Amino acid sequence: MDLFYELAELSINGALVGLMYALVALGIVLVFKASSVANLAQGALVMVGAYLTWAAIEHGAPVWAAIPVGIVAMYALGRGIERVALRRMIGQPVIMVIMLTLGLEILLRGLAPAIFGPVKKRLDIGIDNAPIIIGQMFIDRAYLITGVVSLGLVALAAIFFGTRQGIMLRAVSDDQTASWSVGIPVERAIGISWGLAGVAAAAAGILWGSIQGVDWTLSLLLIKALAVAILGGLDSIIGVVVAGLVVGVLENVAPVYLERIGISGTRDVVASLVILATVIVRPYGLFGREDIERV
Amino acid sequence: MFYRLAGIRHTTYSATRQLYPIPFDRYLLAVVVVVAIAAPWLFSPLALNSYLLPWVIWSTAALGLNLLMGWAGQVHLGYAAVMAIGAYTAIHSVRAGVPFEFAFILAGLASAAIGFVFGAAALRVKGLYLAVTTLAMQSIVDWTIVHVPAISGGSQATLQAPTLHVLGWPIDTDAGRYWFALVICAVVTSFLLNVTRTSLGRALVAVREKDFAAAIIGVSPFKYKLLAFWCSSFIGGVAGAVLAFCYYRAVTPEQFHLEVSIQAVAMVIVGGLGSVLGSFFGAGLVLLAPIFLNNFVNAIAVALNLPLHAEIISHIPLVLYGALIVGFLLYEPLGLAKVYDNVRNYFLVWPFRHARH
Repeated sequence: MDLFYELAELSINGALVGLMYALVALGIVLVFKASSVANLAQGALVMVGAYLTWAAIEHGAPVWAAIPVGIVAMYALGRGIERVALRRMIGQPVIMVIMLTLGLEILLRGLAPAIFGPVKKRLDIGIDNAPIIIGQMFIDRAYLITGVVSLGLVALAAIFFGTRQGIMLRAVSDDQTASWSVGIPVERAIGISWGLAGVAAAAAGILWGSIQGVDWTLSLLLIKALAVAILGGLDSIIGVVVAGLVVGVLENVAPVYLERIGISGTRDVVASLVILATVIVRPYGLFGREDIERV
Repeated sequence: MFYRLAGIRHTTYSATRQLYPIPFDRYLLAVVVVVAIAAPWLFSPLALNSYLLPWVIWSTAALGLNLLMGWAGQVHLGYAAVMAIGAYTAIHSVRAGVPFEFAFILAGLASAAIGFVFGAAALRVKGLYLAVTTLAMQSIVDWTIVHVPAISGGSQATLQAPTLHVLGWPIDTDAGRYWFALVICAVVTSFLLNVTRTSLGRALVAVREKDFAAAIIGVSPFKYKLLAFWCSSFIGGVAGAVLAFCYYRAVTPEQFHLEVSIQAVAMVIVGGLGSVLGSFFGAGLVLLAPIFLNNFVNAIAVALNLPLHAEIISHIPLVLYGALIVGFLLYEPLGLAKVYDNVRNYFLVWPFRHARH
C-alpha cells in the first residue's frame, strides 16, 4: 500500500506542477494558433512578468494591485513586441522568425537581471507553505493552489476562443488571406494573441515566482513549456492541459524510480526526451492538426 | 577605382567561373592570408592567444553551422553539443593511443554520426519543430556528458588535453597551435567556398528555398538535408576538437552549454546566412564585441563612480548577443556580409556611380 501512496503523491504533485507548465505553454500555443509563429521568447516573458510584479510590490503596491499591474504591463509588452519586431518579419522565412524570438529571449534574459539586480527576489503573494496531508500523502499547498489557478486560466483561454474576439483569432489561424478578405484585421488579431501570450506569461511568472523566487532561472521554463506545447500539438488548448499533466507526472515520477536502478539526475532531461519522442513518433502532437503543404 | 574592372575580359568559361574574378579581391585575400600566417610575429602573444586564435577556431565552427543554416536553411540550436561530442571523442581517442590526425577525423565522424541521428529524427519535421528538437538534443547531450563518468570523468571534472602532435612533431608553442587551427580553418573555408559551385551546394540552396519544389525537380530534400546535417556536424566536431586541443587545452562540460550554441547561432546570423566571409565577420564581432563592451561599461562605471555588480557584467554578453540577433534580423537580415557587399558595390564603380545602372 505504501508503494501506491508514494506513486499517488508523486503523481499528484507532478500533475499540479504540470498544470503550471501548461500555463507557460499556453503563451506558445496562443501565438502559434493565431500566426503560426514560434514563440521562443515565452520563457523570458515569464521571467519579465515575475520581475515586473515584484517591482510593483517593491514600490509599495499591495499584492492585489500588483498582480493586475503586472498582467497589464505584460499585455502591453506582448503587443509591443508584435508591433515593433514581429510585424516587420511578415513574409520572411520561418528560420528568421524563430531566430528573432530566440534573440528576444536572450536579450530579455540578460536585460531583466541587469535592470532589476541579479539577486534572487522573493515574491510573496500570500500562499501558505504548509503541506496538505491526505491519508499518507503530502500534497504541496503552493502547488495545489497555483496548479488550480493555472487550470482556471487555461480554461478561461479556452472560453475566450468562443467569444467574438476569439473567433476572429481562430479565423486568422485557419487562413490569414481568407480572413483578410472578409474584413478581419489580421495584424490586430496577431497583436492580441501576443498580448494574451504576455498575460499568460505574467500569470505564470507570478505563480512560479511565488514558488521558486524571481531570477533569470525562470526563463529556463521555456524548454518545459516547449515540451508541453509540442506534445499537446502546437495549436490545441486541450492538448496543453493534457500534455502538461503528462510531462509534469513523468518528470516527477520517472526520476524517483530511475534513481533506484542507479540512474540519477534524470529530472532535467525528461522534457527534452519528451520532445524527441514526440517528434519521432507523432510530430503533430496529441491533439495537433496535421498540415498539408501545397506548392 | 579600388575594385578595378577595366581590362578584365573573360575569354574562357573557367575564367568566368573562378572564385575571385576581380584582381583587387585576390590581392585583398592575399594580404589577409599573409597577415594571418604572419600573425605570431605581428601581434603580441596576448592578442594572438585571446583574440586571434579563438576567432580562427570559431570561424571554422561558424562556417560549419552556416552550411546547415545558411545553405540548407535548417535551424540548429544545439551546435555546441555537436562540438562537445567532437572535443570529447578527440581527447578520449588520443588518450587511448589513436594518432592525432586520426583522432580529429574520428571526432568529426562521431559528431557527424550523432548529428545525423538527431538530424534524421528532426527531419520528419521542420521549422519550429526542428529548432526545438535540436534544442532538446543540446540538453540531452549535455546531460549525457555530465552524467556518464566514462565521458566526462565525473560531473565536476576537467579532462586535460595531451600535447598536440602532428606527423610525430610535438606542437607546444602558441604560434604552432595557432597555425594548426589556421590550417584547419583554411581547409574548411576552401571547402565551403567551393561547395556553392558544386551540385551539392546548388541542391542545398534548392532545398532551402522550397523543399517540396526541390523534390518535384528531382532533388531529394531528405537526402540533402541529411547530407547537410552530416557535413555541418563533421565540421563542428573537428572545430570542437581544435577548440579543446588548441585553445582551452582541456575540456569540461561547461565549455559547450546552451549559451555557446546561442553564441554560434548569433555568429551565423550577425555574419550573414549563406556567406563564407560573413562567418568570419560574425565570429569576430560576436567574440570580440562583449570584450570591448565589458571594458567600456567598466570604464563608465569607474568614471561615474557607479557600483557595478559582477553578475551584471556577466549578463552583458547575453544582452549583446540578443540585441545583435534581433537588430540584424530586423535591419540587415543578411548580416555583416551584406554590409561589406554594399560597401564593395559602392567602390566597384566609384567615383562613377552613374555607370552602375
